[in-house]
Amino acid sequence: MAKKKEILRGAEIFCRALEDEGIKHLFGYPGGAVLHIYDALYKQDAIEHILVRHEQGATHAADGYARATGKPGVVLVTSGPGATNAVTGIATAFMDSIPLVVFTGQVATHMIGNDAFQEVDSIGITRPCVKHNFLVKDVKDLAATIKKAFYVATSGRPGPVVVDIPKDITADSCEYEYPQEVEMRSYRPVVKGHPGQIKKAAKLLLSAKKPMIYSGGGVLLSEASTELTEFSRLLGYPITNTLMGLGAFPATDKQFVGMLGMHGTYEANMGMHHCDVLIAIGARFDDRVTGDLEKFCPYAKIIQIDVDPSSIAKNVPVDVPIVGDVKHVLTDLISTLKNEKDKPDANALKEWWNQINEWKALDCLKFDRTTDVIKPQYVVEKLWELTKGDAFVTSDVGQHQMWAAQFYPFDKPRRWINSGGLGTMGFGLPAAMGVKLAYPDETVACISGEASLVMCIQELSTCLQYNTPIKILSLNNRYMGMVRQWQEFFYSSRYSHSYMEALPDFVKMAESYGHVGMRIEKSSDVEGAIKEALALKDRTVLMDFVTDQTENVYPMIAAGKGHHEMHLSSDVDRELA
Amino acid sequence: MRHILSLLLENEAGALSRVSGLFSARAYNIESLTVAPTEDPTISRMTVVTSGSDQIVEQIGKQLNKLVDVIKVVDLNEYRHIERELMLIKLTAQKEDRDEAKRMVEIFRGRIIDVTENTYTIEMTGTGEKLDAFIEALDDSMILEVVRSGVSGISRGDKAIQS
Repeated sequence: MAKKKEILRGAEIFCRALEDEGIKHLFGYPGGAVLHIYDALYKQDAIEHILVRHEQGATHAADGYARATGKPGVVLVTSGPGATNAVTGIATAFMDSIPLVVFTGQVATHMIGNDAFQEVDSIGITRPCVKHNFLVKDVKDLAATIKKAFYVATSGRPGPVVVDIPKDITADSCEYEYPQEVEMRSYRPVVKGHPGQIKKAAKLLLSAKKPMIYSGGGVLLSEASTELTEFSRLLGYPITNTLMGLGAFPATDKQFVGMLGMHGTYEANMGMHHCDVLIAIGARFDDRVTGDLEKFCPYAKIIQIDVDPSSIAKNVPVDVPIVGDVKHVLTDLISTLKNEKDKPDANALKEWWNQINEWKALDCLKFDRTTDVIKPQYVVEKLWELTKGDAFVTSDVGQHQMWAAQFYPFDKPRRWINSGGLGTMGFGLPAAMGVKLAYPDETVACISGEASLVMCIQELSTCLQYNTPIKILSLNNRYMGMVRQWQEFFYSSRYSHSYMEALPDFVKMAESYGHVGMRIEKSSDVEGAIKEALALKDRTVLMDFVTDQTENVYPMIAAGKGHHEMHLSSDVDRELA
Repeated sequence: MRHILSLLLENEAGALSRVSGLFSARAYNIESLTVAPTEDPTISRMTVVTSGSDQIVEQIGKQLNKLVDVIKVVDLNEYRHIERELMLIKLTAQKEDRDEAKRMVEIFRGRIIDVTENTYTIEMTGTGEKLDAFIEALDDSMILEVVRSGVSGISRGDKAIQS
């Protein structure tokens, strides 16, 4: 006998659908349009609701959670300002292809379009920064729409999906059934790569004299780090990662030449410029990676693997395009390579490595270790040492983000969590909170700066309420460092509005939120402070490092320049000149 | 180069704005856009006329395909195809002008579909160029109103675009 289906209200269907989807955490903030849902949440215990202090914090926390776990992050906000506050976080996830499902409350169906209290066209506002969005117009569609939302968010090239639910829908009732499968005739992501193209790619790779592997965030999204590592080791070719792709290949491995792009290493960028065969794996040729497109990889034949056809040949023409999921394509590519009679040209490769090691010997990331004033790079390096390179590290946006990427070599995937595409200041703290909720036993550090940190500082309350003891390392140079750096280089040191005047006392601020605050002013105190903070396992600690105000991020490729036209550091530039 | 893209998409509220929003967000050209449901009321057929380099038009096709509501995108330029546009045009046609206007309509194979003492309303279909030519052939001062549908396109022969 068929099981009789339960009749549930929309708000209850919402909770049950999340439960059936296997969701454990929901980041949200209540308001009028979602009160029925909040009432239903009150009566269940399958899903833990995390009350943030601002909707931007909810989306970033869910985003950090998703980046660290690979599972979708889930958000619930109210209509109007709840939805608009969430937009920055949605756009952040969109640019980095992070799976989020964001539920926005909406005014009742009959009020839509009447400029009702807290009404905003959430579907319209979010349309350009979501993978897809849905307005639920009938309670009977609610469960199926939620299923579709999770399917779309997590499949193919992942991304945020918004589901807008009018208040009356959450009050209406219907039979509840959560669909097992989704079938959408208009949405069928490609998984397997074309065998002919894979064969071509293998042949081209084996013909290379100066090969480069350039991999990005797509490898992490596809859970293909193992395959990438096997592929790279099989060929023995140098590999560089984008900012989003760090950790996909072990950064302490000798085949790794560092991050590429605007603040990439000399060896990575020179390798790109001089290579004859380039394979791009889950990377999208972002302008911060390529520099001037006219000067990009002038000698290279290019292979590109991407699950999103529109990423292929968008900015740079590609010789061998392969549409497919990175994990599947790499698996097939590895077996194709193994079956080829030809092997990589050992002599050419040896010469190529000699050249790369020569570039490497320039030691482009060196910094002054003799000063008493704290060098920001030193702080990151110490954190790496003291966490044995095994922490989850989130960051905000700016100089500290680049130093984190340069000086914390990630050996494992999903440990490095930052807003690469949108470049959202304020991301780091809530994201760290989301990561800590997913992995309560792991060390979670947030490398930030005093300017970024205050953009979502209110989430320190959430950290206390839900006991997410994270370690915040604020590299406080009393400037918006990256803005200051550009103003120094390109605006004759006119530091227009980049100085952070009237900063708060960060130690007292941390304490007032119920956490531990530390102020560190001397280089010699850095190690002790980080040790002490890490030892406080059950406390959130805000370390306010008073760092060198004039330190710049090097190497640097200025806008309009090519990979071979890097500034190394003011000292080296002078030497080479 | 000018391209005619044919799309099949879900006949859902908001599908049109996803397409038009894509063109504005990515700064693609859009010359005309027409859309209406097909024989299957859950599917709409859209014809978009755009222009750009081969690389850009290829990107437009890929970006359109990426929209979750879009079922299929075909660049009609890759096929032998027919394009047609409908124009409704209202002219002043008084005494001495009426015969001349009628002759012009016949030459261009249009039809007069509404008549008043002072006006003719004409229906005409054809390529955009033909409609342009008709407008040019008229005395500007006669034209009261022009309504054009934008281009609809379909491939020639046995080939059919289906979901």
